[in-house]
Amino acid sequence: MGFFDRFAVPHPNPAIYASMVAIGLTVIAIVAGLTYFKKWGYLWREWLTTVDHKRIGIMYLISALLMLFRGGADAIMMRAQLAVPDNTLLDAQHYNEIFTTHGVVMIIFMAMPFIMALMNFVVPLQIGARDVAFPRLNALSFWLFFMGAMLFNISFVIGGSPDAGWTSYFPLAGNEFSQSVGTNYYMIAIQIAGIGTLMTGINFITTILKMRAPGMTLMKMPMFTWSSLITNVIIVFAFPVLTVALAMGTLDRLFGTNFFTTDNGGMDMLWANLFWVWGHPEVYILILPAFGIYSEVISTFARRNLYGYKSMVASMVVISVFSFLVWAHHFFTMGQGAVANSIFSITTMAIAIPTGVKIFNWLFTLWKGKIVITTPMLYALLFIPLFTIGGVTGVMLGMSAADYQYHNTMFLVAHFHMVIIPGVVFAMLAGLTYYWPKMFGFMLNERIGKITAWTIAIGTLLAFMPMFFSGLDGQARRMYTYSASTGFGVWNMISFIGALGLAAGFVLIVYNIYHSIRYASRDIGSDPWDARTLEWATHSPVPAYNFAVVPQVDSIEAFWDAKKKGHILFKGEYEKIHMPNNSGVPFIMSCIFFVWGFSFVFSMWIPVIISTIGIFACMALRSFEEDHGHYISVEKIEETETKLRGVS
Amino acid sequence: MKRKWALLGIVPAVMAVLTGCEPLLVLDPKGPQAQTQAKDIMLSIGIMSFIVIAVFALLAYMLIKYRASKLPADYEPPHIEGSKVVEAICIGIPVIIVAFLSVVSVQSNNKVEAMPKGYEDQKPLVIYASSSNWKWHFSYPEENIETVNYLYIPTDRPLEFKLYSYGPITSFWIPQLGGQKYAMSDMVNTLYLAADVPGEYMGRNANFSGKGFAENTFNVKAVTQDEFDKWVKEVKATAAPLTEEKFKELLEPGHVGQSTYTGTHLAFMPAPEGEHGGHDHGSSDAGEHSEHGESNHNHH
Repeated sequence: MGFFDRFAVPHPNPAIYASMVAIGLTVIAIVAGLTYFKKWGYLWREWLTTVDHKRIGIMYLISALLMLFRGGADAIMMRAQLAVPDNTLLDAQHYNEIFTTHGVVMIIFMAMPFIMALMNFVVPLQIGARDVAFPRLNALSFWLFFMGAMLFNISFVIGGSPDAGWTSYFPLAGNEFSQSVGTNYYMIAIQIAGIGTLMTGINFITTILKMRAPGMTLMKMPMFTWSSLITNVIIVFAFPVLTVALAMGTLDRLFGTNFFTTDNGGMDMLWANLFWVWGHPEVYILILPAFGIYSEVISTFARRNLYGYKSMVASMVVISVFSFLVWAHHFFTMGQGAVANSIFSITTMAIAIPTGVKIFNWLFTLWKGKIVITTPMLYALLFIPLFTIGGVTGVMLGMSAADYQYHNTMFLVAHFHMVIIPGVVFAMLAGLTYYWPKMFGFMLNERIGKITAWTIAIGTLLAFMPMFFSGLDGQARRMYTYSASTGFGVWNMISFIGALGLAAGFVLIVYNIYHSIRYASRDIGSDPWDARTLEWATHSPVPAYNFAVVPQVDSIEAFWDAKKKGHILFKGEYEKIHMPNNSGVPFIMSCIFFVWGFSFVFSMWIPVIISTIGIFACMALRSFEEDHGHYISVEKIEETETKLRGVS
Repeated sequence: MKRKWALLGIVPAVMAVLTGCEPLLVLDPKGPQAQTQAKDIMLSIGIMSFIVIAVFALLAYMLIKYRASKLPADYEPPHIEGSKVVEAICIGIPVIIVAFLSVVSVQSNNKVEAMPKGYEDQKPLVIYASSSNWKWHFSYPEENIETVNYLYIPTDRPLEFKLYSYGPITSFWIPQLGGQKYAMSDMVNTLYLAADVPGEYMGRNANFSGKGFAENTFNVKAVTQDEFDKWVKEVKATAAPLTEEKFKELLEPGHVGQSTYTGTHLAFMPAPEGEHGGHDHGSSDAGEHSEHGESNHNHH
């Protein structure tokens, strides 16, 4: 294959050419728009170089929403292809690429940044801090994730998308069976994003352990902060495994090593094990912050304190430990025998116990409450029944003998969508709606919001419930087509209708944002939901320094107590505030990482070497740079506070 | 809230009606292993429905009783820390359920990993099932014949499948006879099945293996032992011998339809077990495989 041939898409079709044109036009439009409105300086000063956790959170949020639509487009194409038997909308290769990118984009580049968005925005506010422990590292985390996502996304127009599934099992993902550069993109783009995630883990553990407001002991932390702490501990333990596995996979593909090959002493099963040793904890990395959001939302709108705070914390700790002890349930059928399967079967089912405790605690939080059904609450209330369906089917899958029949079928696909969508996606949408006024100073429209929640819930049921049946009827996952005689047609048609419902729901979200930007009232105060935790004690939108005076905490619900029991949250006078300086280095370093990754994908070693030097130069620059941050003066604080109070 | 329950109720109801038409493959077992699995599935669906109903009922109760619109305007929800008794129940009942399911799970694991129940005293028919992109090769070492993309099996006799792959990981699955197991290129997996009822069954590779995966299926025909013997005789009389060149040709990626040969590829391309294994595991599992290999096939 010639040098330039590798950059061509191996299986072009009109949809890909149309995407190329669309990407080109979008880039031109953005560049032209920024130039015309003279926004380059603003973009650089306020966003690209920012180290403010709130702005980084918002950038994560925008990325997550963009990726939601990318992954969603893949999903709609898949469901459309399968809607009728013997469909020829997509060919096998195209379908394989789409389900691979759908999985990777939704997990790594949609769900992950979505939880990062909420963690970034909420955690420092919830613990009364001014920023995270390492603000510049935080910016680097975001830009590495962003560049990883961009690198992954250009694969389908330059060189071809990965096509071995989001699990990329070897030897299918090895050079012999995946000859295009697609799987190189998979290995390297996820690696770059993963480094960012690992740094986030370290950053947030430090932040939560070291930067809480005076009086906030660990057992007085709000539940979302608790969930974030445990999530980040899991990240720090799980992501290095992924890093190593991806590095080994990259070496196999580009340097001819034999870690996962089937001869010369390699072992394909090793990849499956390493992947899931990371992959199963990853599921809990996604779901625990979601549980945290639900805890906040349910407690706020039941107008009651969270029931069983201690058991909520304990159950998350137990879940985090068990999350590392169940990985083999992803391949009960690999032939490890009855004993190993029995052990993993029991640990898997045991996770249902702490998860059940959480469900019951939420239900008992509603008990004797005064339930107000707002959009975030509606998502939480829809989550409970739908997630229960997803959860109990997980217990069913955990019975390893029966799993021989569920494995690799649509039943499994139905299960994990029924936990991830109601579990993670509903929580993120609840969190988005809940924190939107804190982020932007106005609320999203409640009427549209509720219609959206219902549309998405019904879409989820229609899209995924039929898969339980088609799976039990013998439909394997990842089949690009099936014949009419199988009888799968009717289930898949219902699924397609459900997928359209989901798509409509996501379009409604965008419409709601547009509608609310135009029409929503800006005069909503700082606590529009009558909430209970510290993030609502400061202005909306939040000033750069978060709190003019550091809050004093002496209970779990410090802000609620301040409102109801006269607890004094802000004691003392304004003092000058020390804040970190903005820096362009994280962005520039991540751009170099992008070049590094791209060159790596195509084995262009000279640019790889140059960009490696560039990366180290950026790190050296940081080491020798003297940056003591800056102070915000008392006069400036007074001025800001008066202005914000005027609005609120 | 009525609307919500109506909507959430409709979907499962519609599906229950739809499933009434024809039994789902997995829940229509034709052999002891699939029977065990179908029983486990129905049992767990039963127990899990109880949990789902309990959660739905609690949620409905809370929503009906504690909606703000149903409460006086001056009602202030109390501060409740939690109760040891309630939490003990919330932990205790799930623990009992999981413990019970664990016992069932362990028992079933042993069942599906062993010779099918009721067939223990019979000598199993050994079939080497190997996959290549995107075909299945079935070698009958004792009968010394080989088929491609279809399987002839006798009823009322245990079947011992030896699974491996020329290429990506695949998964050998005949839903009505029993659950699947992986076929990999560096080791041999053993799967015990049996068919109680004569008939034609769907078999396929369930694990994604690239472009031709969707059509990577095979036909299973279960017949009585007499008919099976007759078929073997017929094959031996009529089918062409399987040469090494022919087999290599068959291994080329693609779809080839069904074909039948005398002789098996095991003669010139042994399965990756025992001394031919991809790894010297040194585990008891590998030892077992090679023992089987020797005891069953030392005659060719």
